[in-house]
Amino acid sequence: MVALAFGLTVYNRQPTVLFQEIFVDCGNKMLPSWFTLVCMSEGSLPSESFEQLAMPHFERLYNFACWLTHDRQEAEDLVQETYVKALKGFSSFQPGTNFRAWIYRILRNAFLTSRTGLKATATVPLDLEGEEDVLPVVGETPESILLQRSDGRLVQQALEQLPVAYREILLLCEVEEMSYQEISDALVIPMGTVMSRLSRARKALRGGLQQQFAKG
Amino acid sequence: MVCESWKTKLDTYLDGEVPEEEMRGFDAHVRSCPSCSADALARVQMKRAIQAAGKRYTPSAEFRKRMQQKIAAKPRRSFGLGWTFAAVAAAIIVVGILTSGYLGIRSGRDQVFSEIADLHVATLASSSPVDVISTDRHTVKPWFQGKIPFAFNLPELQNSEFSLLGGRMTYLEQTPGAHLIYDVRKHHISVFVFQERLLPAKLGQNSLSPKQLPFNMETWSRGGLRFFVIGDASAADIDSLAKLFKGAS
Repeated sequence: MVALAFGLTVYNRQPTVLFQEIFVDCGNKMLPSWFTLVCMSEGSLPSESFEQLAMPHFERLYNFACWLTHDRQEAEDLVQETYVKALKGFSSFQPGTNFRAWIYRILRNAFLTSRTGLKATATVPLDLEGEEDVLPVVGETPESILLQRSDGRLVQQALEQLPVAYREILLLCEVEEMSYQEISDALVIPMGTVMSRLSRARKALRGGLQQQFAKG
Repeated sequence: MVCESWKTKLDTYLDGEVPEEEMRGFDAHVRSCPSCSADALARVQMKRAIQAAGKRYTPSAEFRKRMQQKIAAKPRRSFGLGWTFAAVAAAIIVVGILTSGYLGIRSGRDQVFSEIADLHVATLASSSPVDVISTDRHTVKPWFQGKIPFAFNLPELQNSEFSLLGGRMTYLEQTPGAHLIYDVRKHHISVFVFQERLLPAKLGQNSLSPKQLPFNMETWSRGGLRFFVIGDASAADIDSLAKLFKGAS
């Protein structure tokens, strides 16, 4: 034991980091849970990395959570639950893979199992197979009217009225500017479903906007 | 390619998701076709409008501070204490590795069992334990379509003491799965089904629960799916239900 401690001293490295390096080939599962806890409490690599990786997404995760829940307090609870779960499961995150997709997946899973999420998804339309109709560009379109009016509220209202499956995929694509692959990872759906659902979501949004224009 | 063919892929093109060689063809076509260029412009405007409208909510500074404190690393302990701990930890780890190479695997496996037990208890304590309430397997099974990324079979319960109460979606370490609840002589038994490859630990082909779990449990893998049967019913009842599922899958 003394010899090993001496060896560590000579090596002149932070011991917890050194142990991680020693056991890296064995995978994280070789490290007992108490060791991970000590690493975290000493402010060494995993905890620091989590904070550095997670906090840049905080504002956007909160925005996404608000769009899902329609309630600021619920969104705060959802974001908090997401960060606690992500921190707890951070050892299972594979470095070098997409952290953003990973943490959005955790948030969405937490939402889906919440009371609001279950209620919202109870009315989600299933992915129906079939060709998408292409809306012809004739006369005034939602886009051309939007351009004239520059009215963001109409788009917000139309987004709010979309089923949650359409709303979330549009937000991930347009607001978060995620690639189809990232969306596929975050929503745990195949790439083909990403494309077809996105297409239907856009169509539904255009339909919603057209209805609003017709009313107003 | 006629315009209609381009238009079906216009959104994918504007999302930057068409292959590079196709992208060049698209660029050339959109530049030369007034109809497609007008359509592309309109769709870009819509994308921008959604982007602007979607950035709507901002968290309070107080909430941000609270979250930052929650996940922030605590200050380092004194250096001396760290090294003392390191020496002790090194000894424990070396001894641990010499005596068993399976500590980590077992720990991961026990964690999965523990989470399964937590899911079972939390669900039964809930005021609405199931989201699809039905004793009919032909109602419960289709309910999972589109909710979980796999399919599984439910056993025929005729001539058995078990009755199906319903099912719900569940998550184990961010992996979606099915949770079914059965009744046998007023005991509730949970059956969980997950995709084996997505689970965080290797559980073996047929493993029984660790003795420290306050429930009887049986778990097995078949056809890429991992099944868990858990409850406070007798081990014989758990085994009977497990056999029914093995026969159905």
